[in-house]
Amino acid sequence: MTETTRKKGLSRRTLLKGTAGLAGLAAGSGAITGFPYVMSADPKVLRYLGTAVNEGDDISKQCLKDTGIKIEYITATTDDVTKRVMTQPNSFDVLDTEYFSLKKLVPSGNILALDAKKIKEFDNITPVFTKGMTPGGKKIGNQGTAPWKVLYLEGKDSKKFATSATEFVTLIPTVYNADTLGIRPDLIKRPISSWAELLNPEFKGKASILNIPSIGIMDAAMVVEATGKYKYADKGNMTKEEIDLTMKVLTEAKKAGQFRAFWKDFNESVNLMAAGETVIQSMWSPAVTKVRSMGIPCTFQPLKEGYRSWASGFCVSKGVSGAKLEWAYEFVNWFLSGYAGAYLNRQGYYSAVLSTAKANMEPYEWAYWMEGKPAEKDIKAPDGALLEKAGAVRDGGSYEDRMGGVACWNAVMDENDYMVRKWNEFIAA
Amino acid sequence: MTTSDEILQEGSPGVTRGSPARASLRPRLSPSVISWLQAGPMMLVFLAFFLIPLVFVLIVSFWDYNEYQLLPAFSGRGYTDTFEGCIDKLPELCTIGRTYLMTLKLCFMVWAITLFIGFWVAYFLAFHVKSKTWQMGLSLLCTIPFWTSNVIRMIAWIPLLGRNGLVNSGLVKTGLINHPVEWLLFSEFSVVLALVHLFTFFMVVPIFNSMVRIDKSLIEAAYDAGASGFQTLVNVIIPLAKPGIVIGSIFVITIVMGDFITIGVMGGQQIAAAGKIIETRVNALQFPAAAANAVILLVITFLIITMMSRIVDIKKEL
Repeated sequence: MTETTRKKGLSRRTLLKGTAGLAGLAAGSGAITGFPYVMSADPKVLRYLGTAVNEGDDISKQCLKDTGIKIEYITATTDDVTKRVMTQPNSFDVLDTEYFSLKKLVPSGNILALDAKKIKEFDNITPVFTKGMTPGGKKIGNQGTAPWKVLYLEGKDSKKFATSATEFVTLIPTVYNADTLGIRPDLIKRPISSWAELLNPEFKGKASILNIPSIGIMDAAMVVEATGKYKYADKGNMTKEEIDLTMKVLTEAKKAGQFRAFWKDFNESVNLMAAGETVIQSMWSPAVTKVRSMGIPCTFQPLKEGYRSWASGFCVSKGVSGAKLEWAYEFVNWFLSGYAGAYLNRQGYYSAVLSTAKANMEPYEWAYWMEGKPAEKDIKAPDGALLEKAGAVRDGGSYEDRMGGVACWNAVMDENDYMVRKWNEFIAA
Repeated sequence: MTTSDEILQEGSPGVTRGSPARASLRPRLSPSVISWLQAGPMMLVFLAFFLIPLVFVLIVSFWDYNEYQLLPAFSGRGYTDTFEGCIDKLPELCTIGRTYLMTLKLCFMVWAITLFIGFWVAYFLAFHVKSKTWQMGLSLLCTIPFWTSNVIRMIAWIPLLGRNGLVNSGLVKTGLINHPVEWLLFSEFSVVLALVHLFTFFMVVPIFNSMVRIDKSLIEAAYDAGASGFQTLVNVIIPLAKPGIVIGSIFVITIVMGDFITIGVMGGQQIAAAGKIIETRVNALQFPAAAANAVILLVITFLIITMMSRIVDIKKEL
């Protein structure tokens, strides 16, 4: 601004007045939009909005120690996180969200494209995200909102996803996993190998699915395909007819009393399984671990039709700029530098940059969690709690086997509105 | 209004006499200004946090939307989608019809049970407990269900009513049943049980309040005139407790009509509720559709309350 004013040949005095006015305006607007700490030399603070998956006191403490950045967690459910990005984009700096939300978040224009060149480990991010294949070269299923479909934008302010790699990244991946059914082997007493078992009348009143319509319907689609009733072009993006068909299957199961309850919350899923209310249900890996740590047998059962996967990462609010944006990059870089990755791996999730996480884990831990080998020593959680005794093998085996077995990804469908209406009809049936 | 005005006017000369110097300094407020000041704060809160948001809800319910934003253009989509299939599916009920039928059914059951239990608890507190201290202490006991958070209460039901819970294992051990019964949890039964457990208190308080104000001499008069206990109850106590009954009923009905958390958790998320439709819509960021459903819920609840206040004129009774 000063440069252009000078070119126009104004006197020094006018220039000074102008700059003072501008400074005043800047100070004023800063106060109005509510970013007082950008101006001050206070400790570096980032407001971190996300679900509880990546959030941990250990992570924020270590981050403060290593980088001087203080993380303030704002915890909400997946749906509420998305709602908040839409309605209050200035209420957070860093956003931790899932790839499937991007189909809603990016068109809203409330998130900032990140510069891949500023992410130190970007080239070391697992090819699961960038190429859709495992490090070992196994091709990963691309149904649903697979990360590589929404990883790049066409330009800095573009609202369109690029089909090939660009330097503008929507979401820097941090954590992901392959989900399947959790079962109680002690109560089922026979091998389970197919998604079809979820709706098997043998488990009437003892099955459960996730009470999130977009995910619940995909689990049902896995069942439909497993029974050979129908083959979807894309389970994560159904046509209206396919939604009707899948909902009909679910409705019939519900009317027959197949489901004990639907769960929405991590602890709910643990309680249902631990209390024996359910013996087979869609589940998350750490929930299975939690049930097992209560001394109750529970298996995260690999199934022949494959896994339903999800992935989340960091993006930054459109309202962040200047020094704060640099801190955000610093934080993301720190997150990928190993400590956090190892922490997540030890919980049974997977970290985005494998090499740095490996450097922060003991070889026996890496062998158990990532290579599917029997544990040489007792396996402990990040908080020191005993998870598995020596000799145990991870359900589903190695990273290659589990991620290579992914069939589809959590998704938002084009016909989402129709699907939600059908879901309400299903609940009322 | 006139009586309170007179009291104020009568009251002020006394104050003037007591401290003439101070009174002359104090600006005199007209009684109508005072009553506005008294009612004003509540009115402003009501306006800012209820009426204005309500108007917004009404406006938004007629907007259009897409996956990620509201489109401020007139559209009846929120409403037409909600009533989808209501005519062409006949005689089968459409989604919204089924949902409201279920909500009303739960509402009626909870209302009837809380009224029955609440009435007798209030009766006991008002007529059998003589000391004021005991009355206070016992009514505080009724608030125990509110001492824990909603989430904890919900989780606590599983060990009690679950398949391997206390009730089932007790029944199996005594030989009353051979297999654990499933309908104790995640069923209409458990929903009604949890709601009754929570909201009976809202019946007890207003009914108790009406009952303690009944002049005891009226009951003695009924007794002297030879009325039986039952006749006294039906002809004296119930009519005089009516305002409390109606107010308690309004509390319970409005809460249950809008509830989706308790119904969701206790019903295993498989029981439809008017509030749940709104929640699902909001979670999918379909705000206009959610707003339309909220307006429908509001209208139906309002109709129920209007019907109830037709039965008893609360204003007159109070």
